[in-house]
Amino acid sequence: MTLNFQAIRSIYKFEMARTRRTLMQSVAAPVISTSLYFVVFGSAIGSRITSVEGVSYGAFIIPGLIMLTLLTQSVSNASFGIYFPKFVGTIYEIHSAPVSFIEIVVSYVGAAATKSVIVGLIILATARVFVAYDIAHPLWMVAFLLLTAITFSLFGFIIGIWADNFEKLQVIPLLIITPLTFLGGSFYSIHMLPSVWQKITLANPVVYLISGFRWSFYGLADVNVGISLVAIFGFLILCLIAVSWIFRTGYKLKS
Amino acid sequence: MQNAAISNTPQTNATPATDAIVSIKGLSKTYASGFTALKHIDLDIRRGEIFALLGPNGAGKTTLINIVCGIVNPGEGSVAVAGHDIVRDFRATRAIIGLVPQELTTDAFETVWNTVSFSRGLFGKAPKPAHIEQVLKDLALWDKRNNKILTLSGGMKRRVMIAKALSHEPDVLFLDEPTAGVDVELRRDMWNMVRRLRERGVTIILTTHYIEEAEEMADRVGVINKGGLIVVEEKHALMRKLGKKQLILQLHKRMGGIPGSLASYDLELGADGTELIYTYDTQAERTGITALLRDLGAAGIGFKDLSTRQNSLEEIFVELIKSERE
Ligand SMILES: Nc1ncnc2c1ncn2[C@@H]1O[C@H](COP(=O)(O)OP(=O)(O)OP(=O)(O)O)[C@@H](O)[C@H]1O
Ligand SMILES: [Mg+2]
Repeated sequence: MTLNFQAIRSIYKFEMARTRRTLMQSVAAPVISTSLYFVVFGSAIGSRITSVEGVSYGAFIIPGLIMLTLLTQSVSNASFGIYFPKFVGTIYEIHSAPVSFIEIVVSYVGAAATKSVIVGLIILATARVFVAYDIAHPLWMVAFLLLTAITFSLFGFIIGIWADNFEKLQVIPLLIITPLTFLGGSFYSIHMLPSVWQKITLANPVVYLISGFRWSFYGLADVNVGISLVAIFGFLILCLIAVSWIFRTGYKLKS
Repeated sequence: MQNAAISNTPQTNATPATDAIVSIKGLSKTYASGFTALKHIDLDIRRGEIFALLGPNGAGKTTLINIVCGIVNPGEGSVAVAGHDIVRDFRATRAIIGLVPQELTTDAFETVWNTVSFSRGLFGKAPKPAHIEQVLKDLALWDKRNNKILTLSGGMKRRVMIAKALSHEPDVLFLDEPTAGVDVELRRDMWNMVRRLRERGVTIILTTHYIEEAEEMADRVGVINKGGLIVVEEKHALMRKLGKKQLILQLHKRMGGIPGSLASYDLELGADGTELIYTYDTQAERTGITALLRDLGAAGIGFKDLSTRQNSLEEIFVELIKSERE
């Protein structure tokens, strides 16, 4: 089987052009809201909690804030990217084109992940304005960034296929992703929680993401980095299984 | 069925007709709702022809086209395009098909140029700006190439859809009601464009509710009703077979009935007895008009004017659908 690389290129380019057209919402909004987090949490709380495990509080929250944005951006970019053509009807052209689900997934998920990685990096740069930080393992940092972006873009893509109205499109990010990220240790180390909550928190997959990502910055981790990697790969594989099932059954794609 | 006369030799049945570019065999489609939109369709589209698919609203025209193009999953039966199965070999079949769908759905915020170039890439073709330029010029969209689609009129949007379908140089073009909501001049332009495409060897399948369009353009006509294909025929043969011609005489004086001396003619009275209508077969050796006029003179019946009219495809179509209902 030869893949239709021209098609992948076309869809990817098209999606990136859409991002450029909406530069204000897609880039400026997350940057502004993250800056606000820095001001509110970094300055206000940071003046009480001076450091967490030897890292200044302002620097401590950077990986968590980036993850927060990365997750929400990946899910919303990818889900909207595939939902919109379904909604306006332009999906007909994708269906009538010589492309399989593989090209569709690679191009839409690739574009969504690219965009959220760009936003993540911009936030990383913006953080410099507020606090100084070091990155202990830059390659691992990039690896976590990419893996998370791809995995959650895949997840968003699945939501976009499943959703048949705008409400469904919003409900999972709003009711699941955002709470899990806030409770996933973006703003605190889980060691700061009472011991019962420490156990409960471990059921939250986002904890592993943030912990691993923070480790790549400061060498500090709430859970072992190996476990973080296994968790991300596990979720990636789950998403891939779901996508291949959608592909095989044509679920919600064609009548 | 109607086309039995065309394929009654055993050889043509045993080996698939080599000139069929689209070959539909026993195709049925039942939607998830349980509604059966297509019932066992057999249809061969010949390479290079213009085929018009006619039928009332909801007959199944769009369903049929969408299955061949890959937008709707086929039910029972099989479809082959240029010898490739549309499911197993979908890359091969879709690459050579262009589709202009019935609904106007475009990426409102894209420019004309970008959206047409996008389509070409999507169909796996390397960029070829010269071709896109030619297509846009042919469709009078060149001046609008940098405009966003949302700034275009409905007719222009329809042309953008056609440009997208032609962007990858397809061998088979499906036009699902291409001229709905299009003004007379533009419709003429489209017809000319379709003819030019045909000259280049492109096979064209179109659906339309304007029967004069089929009459003007098509080589062959298929009529579909309630999911079943009820006629497939050469357009001229269909019009010959089912078309009748009438001579209408405006009489000087009202007639109460047809005189016995004219009983051998197929005559009827119209317009309260002031019109005499003579129906004849255009294919017959003699139309009988000369004899009729002579006999009218002999019977002392005078007329002040005369005209003829031929059954249009439209009337034939309406007749066909009506007889299906009965
Ligand atoms: N997705 C669907 N689910 C269920 N029924 C459908 C679906 N799409 C079409 N139908 C039904 O199938 C039948 C055929 O529809 P189709 O669109 O093929 O008709 P058509 O001949 O193109 O009509 P028109 O001239 O109005 O465009 C209709 O009764 C329609 O309601
Ligand atoms: Mg239709």
